[in-house]
Amino acid sequence: MKNENITEDSLVEQNAEPVLENQLPAEESIAPTAATKTVRRSFLDKVKFDSWKAWIYLLPALILLAVFTVWPIINTIRVAFLNDYNSLGEQGGETFQLGIGNFITILASGDDFRTALTNTLLICVITVPLSTILALLIAVALNSIKPLQKIYQTIFFLPYVTNSIAIGMVFAAVFDVVGDFAFPDLVQSWGFVNNILMKMGLDPVNWIDGLGDASYWPKMFVLIVYIIWNALPFKILILLGGLQSINKQYYEAAMIDSTPRWRVFTKITVPLLSPMLAYVLITGFIGGFKEYSSIIGIFGDDMAGGQLYTMVGFIYDALPDAQYGEASAAALILFAIIFVVTMINLWVSKKTTHY
Amino acid sequence: MKVELQNLTKIFPSRNKKKGEPDVVAVNDFTFTIPDGKLVGLLGPSGCGKSTTLYMISGLQQPTSGRIFFGDEDVTDLSPVNRGIGLVFQNYALYPHMTVKQNILFPLQNLKGADKMTKEQMLQRAYEAARLVQIDELMDRKPSELSGGQQQRVAIARAIVKMPRVLLLDEPLSNLDARLRLQTREEIRRIQKETGITTVFVTHDQEEAMSISDLIVVMKLGVVQQVGKPQDIYDDPTNLFVAKFLGTPPINVFQGEVIGEKLYVGENAILDVKGVEDQPVTFAIRPEGFELNENGPLVCELSNVEVMGRDVSIISRHANAVSPIIRSIINADNKLDVSSTTVRYSLKPHKVFLFNAQTEERIYFN
Repeated sequence: MKNENITEDSLVEQNAEPVLENQLPAEESIAPTAATKTVRRSFLDKVKFDSWKAWIYLLPALILLAVFTVWPIINTIRVAFLNDYNSLGEQGGETFQLGIGNFITILASGDDFRTALTNTLLICVITVPLSTILALLIAVALNSIKPLQKIYQTIFFLPYVTNSIAIGMVFAAVFDVVGDFAFPDLVQSWGFVNNILMKMGLDPVNWIDGLGDASYWPKMFVLIVYIIWNALPFKILILLGGLQSINKQYYEAAMIDSTPRWRVFTKITVPLLSPMLAYVLITGFIGGFKEYSSIIGIFGDDMAGGQLYTMVGFIYDALPDAQYGEASAAALILFAIIFVVTMINLWVSKKTTHY
Repeated sequence: MKVELQNLTKIFPSRNKKKGEPDVVAVNDFTFTIPDGKLVGLLGPSGCGKSTTLYMISGLQQPTSGRIFFGDEDVTDLSPVNRGIGLVFQNYALYPHMTVKQNILFPLQNLKGADKMTKEQMLQRAYEAARLVQIDELMDRKPSELSGGQQQRVAIARAIVKMPRVLLLDEPLSNLDARLRLQTREEIRRIQKETGITTVFVTHDQEEAMSISDLIVVMKLGVVQQVGKPQDIYDDPTNLFVAKFLGTPPINVFQGEVIGEKLYVGENAILDVKGVEDQPVTFAIRPEGFELNENGPLVCELSNVEVMGRDVSIISRHANAVSPIIRSIINADNKLDVSSTTVRYSLKPHKVFLFNAQTEERIYFN
């Protein structure tokens, strides 16, 4: 019955097959370059100036992008490399020397910048892996339950749609001590976490308002818990989506082969989820480097007396003092760090990710 | 390993009871014993319950009622993990991130306790399985770098590497092109013979089932129609459905009537049917059941002749035929007057099957 349907084309294809089978790897290495070449050529063909209509349609968006994205980026680079830049002076006709003075100033100025850099790196290194692992476990758990799955999904997604400043204030209430920590008798509320600690017979901790170096880690702890919790919904959403798109037959095949659960997770789920994991890690790192509003939300706009300065915090703080040059230089340094880290991420994920 | 299915029934509950949607009976009271070491084809149109039967044997689906035995062991309540089966999925389900070697090794690495193997043993077994399906040169490729036929063989290697008690194949050839399909079905036959593993495969392609099976089970709407050797089923179908489902080109179906132990089609008595009571019947003639005969009783309107070299295929029409065309296959040595408007046949009695016009069950005659 089927044989009657063979067309000439399919016959030719079939005849060619044995040869192709042996050449597969070679063919694969050629294929992408050939593909990109044709793409490029056709792209150039299309971008002709007689396509002016298309450009007119794009114009509003292009203008907005140019004014609010492209120019600020160019200007940031420009300002960063002008020594002792000040914008009032520029408008008064003052000229500035080209140089790396701003970079030297912030690197030499010492503590604030160094604190910002250390904090930012610490936040990234701790929160990104932890939140990713947690999100993965929660996503797998969510994916394996049937009843109430939608409700749990909604609950886990709530932090994502809630304003981070508002959440920061709630977190402050969970950790904060109302009253003066130094005078326990006058304290009105120890906060949720301290109450639990005290129930367990432990000493309360001054999470938010502590002074001095010893108060750094409690504060950092609060911040990290907050950031992880805040980062979870997005990651869970992405990973859950990824999990649900994995073909169920892989699991059935694994089941037939009596694969233990842990092995199914590490050998099948994680590798097949790796594109999503890579995405979540990369965006996680980028987000971590830009951490700022959560700190304001919990610790107020002096960022715990500067103890919890981050790179973005440092940049924003420089602005009221009209230190645009230094802020721009810091922004470029942040950009460079994010760029390098992302490149490393991409490089690693290319080696380990299965697409 | 002998596989015994006893009164196997699978009912999928209605998804929308309130709107009066009925439950779906996918498999209805299926009793059958698959002899040890045989290759059995479950054959039927889509929706006939053949895949459901296969999945029940695998344990991925639980029967609503009935029992399944492997040998003397009742495995009905065992999970697929403990049944010791190999399953080749319709689209193979090879792990895309693993190489061929890792795919084949995977089931072995899961073995525990007394079955646990050393790395060398596993590799040896994996290569044995790979050699059997002739993919031992592709061990370091990823599935995406293989052709459909090669992927199919990897899937078979992965299924047989742990020496399953029963091998199950779900539409094993449906994703292959026509030529590979021919090749692979021979391959499956060979592998099954060499390993001697009791094998059940599912297909909707009668040619496929006929060509490689020791036994065929023809199913329709969850009910077994006929079980037997391919040739026996072809030569002796129990009902019209089976007669129509098997055979290429398909059987030619007519409406007729039996009067006085003669089969009438229209006005003409075309065949003696001894032992059949007078009644309206549906009858069917295999394409090879026609013989050119200038004085033959069956007169058809000639419409076309297709030359196929060894044979000629004559396409004609008849007012009492159920199918729009009648296709007969005649040895090319017979000379046919192509310019004629009619063609006359006599019939080979053993290629003509009578069926009850209502029940479509076979009526036997001498």
